[in-house]
Amino acid sequence: MISFSAVSKRYPGGQEALRGVSFALEAGEFAFLTGHSGAGKSTLLKLIPAIERPTSGSVIVNGQNVGALKRAAVPYLRRNLGLVFQDQKLLYDRTVYDNVMLPLSFSGQPPREAARRARAALDKVGLLARERANPIQLSGGEQQRLAIARAVVNRPAMLVADEPTANLDAESAGRIIDILVSFHQVGVTLLIATHDQALIQRYGKRVLRLAQGRLDAAGRLAA
Amino acid sequence: MMAWLRQHREAFARALGKLLAQRGASLLNALVIGVALSLPAGGYALLANLQQVAQRVTLEPQLSVFLKPEAKRAELEIRLHADPRIAQLRFVSRDDALKELRHAEGLAEVVAALERNPLPDAFVLRARDGNPAALEALATDVRAMSGIAQVQVDSAWAQRLGALARIGQLALGALAVLLATGLVAVTFNTIRLQVLTQLDEIEVSQLLGATDAFIRRPFFYLGMLQGLAGGCLGLAILWAGLATLNQGVRELAQSYGSSFQLVFLPGPQAIALLALCALLGWMGALLAVSKYLR
Repeated sequence: MISFSAVSKRYPGGQEALRGVSFALEAGEFAFLTGHSGAGKSTLLKLIPAIERPTSGSVIVNGQNVGALKRAAVPYLRRNLGLVFQDQKLLYDRTVYDNVMLPLSFSGQPPREAARRARAALDKVGLLARERANPIQLSGGEQQRLAIARAVVNRPAMLVADEPTANLDAESAGRIIDILVSFHQVGVTLLIATHDQALIQRYGKRVLRLAQGRLDAAGRLAA
Repeated sequence: MMAWLRQHREAFARALGKLLAQRGASLLNALVIGVALSLPAGGYALLANLQQVAQRVTLEPQLSVFLKPEAKRAELEIRLHADPRIAQLRFVSRDDALKELRHAEGLAEVVAALERNPLPDAFVLRARDGNPAALEALATDVRAMSGIAQVQVDSAWAQRLGALARIGQLALGALAVLLATGLVAVTFNTIRLQVLTQLDEIEVSQLLGATDAFIRRPFFYLGMLQGLAGGCLGLAILWAGLATLNQGVRELAQSYGSSFQLVFLPGPQAIALLALCALLGWMGALLAVSKYLR
């Protein structure tokens, strides 16, 4: 599904965010990406949907070399990925429902089918009753769930979440992870970046640990 | 195909929605474009009207030949008749001329006040060839005959009018180009502001897999709609302006016994003008979008 080989990323300022990172994530796999702030977690996640391009090495997603992807092909790559951003990136000028409808409008879905999918996605994250609300009226946990609903509405084969539980209380965080895991259980490949060690230990899944841009425990299961 | 059509319809609807949501600003923008447009369009309409008048007169390539009092009319008539360039010859005696003048509106009193007839005998010739150079050559030849006081090419003023109209047309062309640039600039600026207020939505859309075409489409429609609205307003201003002028023109024309009045732009030209406005709006949007969307 995803394979990084010898990937390095140097930002224009000269700061090297990733150094020789290699790992592979199989279809249907569930892994955590962890490390201290500034270890390169966000950079690694940004390489997958081609938000950033690697300086060297190759990033393969669904058989496509993302680093060499033409600008025009990038949107189609992103439609097959469910992205949950650290800062959620919700639009506050429209309702919860319209936020979820946004990705469906790009692909020109028939309106009835789009509405059905949007409601199904909202239902899965438990926000169907709030579809007319503005995202600003939602709690932090609800906003994160809305971001997940928007990420899965196109039924992607893979979900990538960057710190989805940051700034949330333990209960809300647990609920977020449960929702993400429920997608994994129906076959969606899941990669979650987090620095919450308790969470990682609770699930006992594969852990990719980044330290100063290097992956030091690729593929190993957490103890 | 269906999906593509649906996306265009949605983009159009979004653009229209934005235009209506900001009614005040949209109206002001359309007004700027409309006023700017009404200047060259109005000038064009006036010129077209003027040229029509000029053309109507030039159709008659006519020369007035005024005789000296001592001229021998019969001899001249034979010579003129012999000239193959002259299609028609009419003699107007000084008495006839005075009679005609007496019937002309407003001149009866002036004529009555005259002690004697000041008018010369005259021939009115119509040339076969209406081209200005040929007319001028004929006039020169006739002028050289003995007993001729003055030869007047009656179509000369129409020619001058025509030349003036051509200069006007050039000036209008320059004005139109300037104002078209203005229209592009106005749209560029509004679309740029639109893009800037929607940076969040654009960024999120890009992250979630919207193509560049999808993101740009509503802005193109917005530019086109704005140009079109400006064009409609410009035509309305032009129509109102001509209608107002026509009240005066009709009175003036009536006093000359003519039913002349200014006509509005013909339908195809008005439609072409609207299409041009839409195109220019689209161009402004294109410039703004390609500068601010990357």
